[in-house]
Amino acid sequence: MFRLEFRLEFRLEVWIGIACFSNVDIQSAASEYSVVGKLSKGKMNLSTLLLIILAGSAVAYFLGYTRSQQIAKPIGGVRNLAALPTYYASMMSLWALIPALIVLFLWSVLDGSIITSLVKSSLPAEAKQLSDENLGLVMSQVYNVSQGIGSLDTLGQEYGPAVSRLNSLSSISAKAMPVLTILVLILGAILGLRAVKPTNNARYAVEKVFNITLFVCSSIAIFTTFGIVFSVLFESLNFFQKVPFFDFLFGTHWSPQIAIRADQAGASGSFGVIPLIVGTLLISFIALLIAVPVGLMSAIYLSEYASARVRGIVKPALEVLAGVPTVVYGFFAALTVAPAIRRYGDQLRDWGAENDIGFLANLAVSSESALAAGLVMGVMIIPFVSSLSDDVINAVPQSLRDGSYGLGATQSETIKKVIFPAALPGVVGGVLLAASRAIGETMIVVMAAGLAANLTVNPLDAVTTVTVQIVTLLVGDQEFDSAKTLAAFALGLFLFVITLALNVIALKVVKKYREQYD
Amino acid sequence: MNQIIMNTAQQPLVDIVTETYQTSGLPLLEDPKMRVRNANVFYGAKQAIFDVNLDIGKNQVISMIGPSGCGKSTFLRCLNRMNDTIDICRVEGELLLEDQDIYDKKIDVVELRARVGMVFQKPNPFPKSIYENVAYGARIHGLTDNKVQLDELVEVSLIRCGLWNEVKDRLDEPATGLSGGQQQRLCIARAIAVNPEVILMDEPCSALDPIATATVEELIHELSENFTICIVTHSMQQAARVSQRTAYFHLGKLIEVNDTSQVFTNPEHQLTEEYITGRIG
Repeated sequence: MFRLEFRLEFRLEVWIGIACFSNVDIQSAASEYSVVGKLSKGKMNLSTLLLIILAGSAVAYFLGYTRSQQIAKPIGGVRNLAALPTYYASMMSLWALIPALIVLFLWSVLDGSIITSLVKSSLPAEAKQLSDENLGLVMSQVYNVSQGIGSLDTLGQEYGPAVSRLNSLSSISAKAMPVLTILVLILGAILGLRAVKPTNNARYAVEKVFNITLFVCSSIAIFTTFGIVFSVLFESLNFFQKVPFFDFLFGTHWSPQIAIRADQAGASGSFGVIPLIVGTLLISFIALLIAVPVGLMSAIYLSEYASARVRGIVKPALEVLAGVPTVVYGFFAALTVAPAIRRYGDQLRDWGAENDIGFLANLAVSSESALAAGLVMGVMIIPFVSSLSDDVINAVPQSLRDGSYGLGATQSETIKKVIFPAALPGVVGGVLLAASRAIGETMIVVMAAGLAANLTVNPLDAVTTVTVQIVTLLVGDQEFDSAKTLAAFALGLFLFVITLALNVIALKVVKKYREQYD
Repeated sequence: MNQIIMNTAQQPLVDIVTETYQTSGLPLLEDPKMRVRNANVFYGAKQAIFDVNLDIGKNQVISMIGPSGCGKSTFLRCLNRMNDTIDICRVEGELLLEDQDIYDKKIDVVELRARVGMVFQKPNPFPKSIYENVAYGARIHGLTDNKVQLDELVEVSLIRCGLWNEVKDRLDEPATGLSGGQQQRLCIARAIAVNPEVILMDEPCSALDPIATATVEELIHELSENFTICIVTHSMQQAARVSQRTAYFHLGKLIEVNDTSQVFTNPEHQLTEEYITGRIG
């Protein structure tokens, strides 16, 4: 179990290392991984080592605490120390913890590549002439042999020195890592203990460390966003080298099949995004048509009319709706709502045929309709609209209500003419957030809206959305240099820009609203 | 009741207020606008107003004074049933507006509040234009038949509040852009546009600077020619300046009511004297 965990961690580190520092292609990355993974055998478990480090820093904490109490005694108590004993204790445990963690991290990340480069120097002369890719293959064979997979005979006796070098280096590394880490831990603790002095204000150091930790945590989110944006952006640029930007943006035909052979029929591939946008907007529009009135009115009821008891029941119930997984909504849409709509459509058509009503007799309802997906998505985003609207309606000051009642307005007049207009910007912000959620929603439309990229605004037809197409383009075996696959990134970028714009507008609107009462 | 009195045991004079008490001065009038008899107000189990008897004279300004938490605002809000919006609040007793019981089940609260308007402590213009703020009451009560009449009503109301010259060029601008004093006068214009018989003012100047306060006080004085005005105030000077009668409340009880000059120069009750000389407050 621990072994498995260790290998997974290792794999992750290596992948991050590759992503950050090099442009190695996937093949050599894979060989790198297998090399490093095999190295893990016979080492001290990383989890155990982490536990030891944590235990060590806890011991350091108590040592620091005791020591600071000790030095406080001769100078007349804790009040004469520059900092509280807990700060000395924290400082000491940080002294122990941080260097040890840094050593552990660096060792874990670097030892694979250091060992590899050392072993490479022991390879026979002709192997050193090989290209990078082939060298990688040879190295992975060397690792295999050192792990007992395959024999030196098949690889060639001239690789003997490399294999034995690798074996010795690996075992040294495996033994040295825990020893070095624990040594650093103890050294850090000793340095920390020396710093426990009445004149040394430990608070500054401790607060600084926490400050930095908090900063790092908050920047992780930001850097992740940048990472995602740039990865999508660069892949999209690749796509736009194959397909012109304006063909993508203004094309009215979406059929992403690329010919694999030159003589293949009907697979020229066209990447017009218009049908997808229209489908997305159609479904989102239907969803908002459901969610906005229902959500808004339930919010008004809850905040203005409902008694505390009713509110206590209805509000959590609405929040349960927000907790239903979208995939459950998805099969509800696909298996219940869509067939029901089709059945009603058919009945209506038969009735129209009997009574000679032309437009009804020609009614055709697709079994995967935009209407079904939109309806269910609408139900899904009701809680968004209602809970955000509820918040902004409650934020309208009581003095405005009093003012209106004081002039003899009824409750409904007050709501219609004072509260709702005052809350409107906030409500609009909530609706825009719900809209961006509807546009980005995937699961319901994958299951209920279909794959046919029809350019239509008829809610009874099957349409497809941007998100559905991204899923279809990336599911299954893919080559990452064809326009078909890269189109997914362009669609993703497109979707990102739309929802980002909606969110920015929504936040602006909400902010403007907030300033009004402060 | 005993508990409330015990709470302020450090003020020895409070003991004078016993369970049964008689309001000093002249609480009752001939032919008043509003009559209040044996009014008791409760917030849940806590009693906030004890057995108040008071008449409010026609086209007079009556001011309610007293230390914080004495129930003067609560009493004011009973007069147009604004306390209805507070769930736990319960009003007992007889409150009459020209011989009509305002707590009668048959009374339409909306109509009552059109007759008894209210101006609040903090200016609370609606986040609409200046024009729409004044036109609001007229619109909800259908007081005008066309735009010309409505324009006229808005203009007259603003003129009466002395705001017309300041805002006539920017009637379409948001009312929240006005200064505090202008906002409060706008709220008064909004209240008188409905043409109420009584205007209740709950500390209308406590959020205003001295100059704006002076303007509003002058306005109250002018309005008293046509309206009956009840004003709650923390400032005894203000009460002395604007009102003909003054009512002194203490711990939910109406201690003394009389002509303003009488109350401030020659109070009958010891508590009133304590308050106006600054020993309670």
